[in-house]
Amino acid sequence: MDLFLFEARNLLEVIVSGLLAGVMYSLVAIGFVLIFKASGVFNFAQGVLALFAGLTLVGLMENFGLPPWLAIIGTIIVMIVLAYLIELLILRHLVNQEHIILFMSTLGLAYVLEGLGDILWGSDVKVLDIGLPSGAVDWLFVDYGFYVDKLEVVAAVIATILVVVLAVFFQRTRIGRALRAVADDHQAALSIGISLRAIWIIVWSVSGIVALVAGVMWGSKSGIQFSLSLIALKALPVLILGGFTSIPGAIVGGLIIGVGEKLAEIYVGPFVGGAIENWFAYMLALVFLMFRPQGLFGDKIIERV
Amino acid sequence: MFYREVGQFKTSYQSDQAIFTIAQDRWFLLVILAIAFGVVPFFINDYFANAILLPFLVYAMAAIGLNILTGYCGQLSLGTGAFLAVGAYASYKLMTAFPEVSIIIHFLLAGAITACVGVLFGLPSLRIKGFYLAVATLFAQFFIIWLFYKVPWFFNYNATGQISVPPREVFGVLITGPKASPAAAYLFTLTFVVVGALLAKNMVRSKTGRSWMAIRDMDIAAEIIGINPLKTKLIAFAVSCFYCGVAGALMFAVWLGAAEPGEAFSIDQSFLVLFMIIIGGLGSILGSFLGAAFMTLMPILLKQGMVDGMGFAVGTAKHVEFIVMGCLIIFFLIVEPHGLARLWQIVKEKLRLWPFPH
Repeated sequence: MDLFLFEARNLLEVIVSGLLAGVMYSLVAIGFVLIFKASGVFNFAQGVLALFAGLTLVGLMENFGLPPWLAIIGTIIVMIVLAYLIELLILRHLVNQEHIILFMSTLGLAYVLEGLGDILWGSDVKVLDIGLPSGAVDWLFVDYGFYVDKLEVVAAVIATILVVVLAVFFQRTRIGRALRAVADDHQAALSIGISLRAIWIIVWSVSGIVALVAGVMWGSKSGIQFSLSLIALKALPVLILGGFTSIPGAIVGGLIIGVGEKLAEIYVGPFVGGAIENWFAYMLALVFLMFRPQGLFGDKIIERV
Repeated sequence: MFYREVGQFKTSYQSDQAIFTIAQDRWFLLVILAIAFGVVPFFINDYFANAILLPFLVYAMAAIGLNILTGYCGQLSLGTGAFLAVGAYASYKLMTAFPEVSIIIHFLLAGAITACVGVLFGLPSLRIKGFYLAVATLFAQFFIIWLFYKVPWFFNYNATGQISVPPREVFGVLITGPKASPAAAYLFTLTFVVVGALLAKNMVRSKTGRSWMAIRDMDIAAEIIGINPLKTKLIAFAVSCFYCGVAGALMFAVWLGAAEPGEAFSIDQSFLVLFMIIIGGLGSILGSFLGAAFMTLMPILLKQGMVDGMGFAVGTAKHVEFIVMGCLIIFFLIVEPHGLARLWQIVKEKLRLWPFPH
């Protein structure tokens, strides 16, 4: 019986940590979804945006001695300026191009941002400490021997707040309605006087801020370093699973991938030699796609000749 | 003035269907081939071969492969790195298992094996499209690389986990291994690439190629006019992966000499080859060559210019190189989304009239 309890608790611990890890994936995936919805751009630079935001944040704190809250505001301003520049220099010129061209341009953007971040702030691994709690949640650990990382709980809380704020922003504000109109139909939106450019700047700014949140969370966990930009690759299966156009999808997808990955690592990993987290999420996504080609919550793909 | 087709009449069906209908194009190509086969081998040295010519040829081969899949058949793939790896490991296993067989056969077989693997990973393309498919091919990328790390059979149970090429001869000339002469390695690779390109060029003009393009342009419409999407897509995957496999085998055996899955065949390679075909021109065999040349030469020129020319530190130069490369990619996409091949076409159009205004 004890053994069974122990097993059950272990399983629960794995699931909880998987859920929390999934939240981290969702944070990156939300940024993707925002941009894809509004401009149809599959933004591969989202991971690098997170890296860039993290680097800027640390750079502002270290080089100028700013307190965290001021540095965060500074970084948000930088991300908004960046969004403006991206629209001005890249997107504006690529309107109406094919998806793959836009996708490639974000790959180019990823290169630029990566080099820029390194030149501006140095390429060494940086410790990000803005006063977020870390370590195990004490009462759970002491009383039940149950390990839950405080940082991940904070991430979950912040992600929830973020989603609620985004939902309110999208559903209740004027800009949000304009955003949804653009997402629905570019031309119709233009014809009723919505400025596509302004919308794109707003969307890229918002996803820049989401990237900042993701960068802060991942950075607090494992330091700000180049590998941060690779979380984009982690977020892709999440997107696939949830559908490219759905924010709830990004969250649910993140949770499924997070839990699935952790479970697979523990229960399947040992039999095949471990290190399966690199591809397991993709396999999961692929299996899902076989049944629902548009993802869990994605818009139904309707094709006409 | 020099590039006019006036007076060149096509008198037979055959000449009407030639790859190069204009005599100047034929001559131009023949001159280039003559230089590539007859002149370059005499002036080649180790640096030239290993830093410029071999990478260019190998990547051109891979780019042709990806271009068939993405440019002609419209199936976006991010698994090129893995398919290169399959070709490399297949050739390694074949070369070590059957040392007495010619490596030409090994390389072709390696291509065939990669084609089979490609078809396997191409199966989801029947149901999944666009970026969703790209992510499905990412699964191939990560899974295959993982497999080559984890299963010792692939690298013959050696301690390092690396594969290194055994020395092999073709017609009595050493081609692979560290002692091979750069000229031999170059000529060997060049022959493969030229034959491959010629076959590819003809294939995309054939019924198969036309059905690829129909699928690319609109697969439902293609299906309605009687093109079997299953067959067409899978053939595209097979042919594309055959080229990638041969490119991988050449890359490992002739160019690098030794390889490790994580470095030589990482996802960066997938993106690199994708860059090549986009910058070179989607749906163009010439574009594959131009793109490969561009992406091989540009980092070298940038590095030389910055480190030797302007005295940058190597680390800074690397970062600047990233930025410049990113900017160039964006610049090219904005200025000419159809790639260098299209620019070449425009130049030719202009040349027909030059120096007259009309």
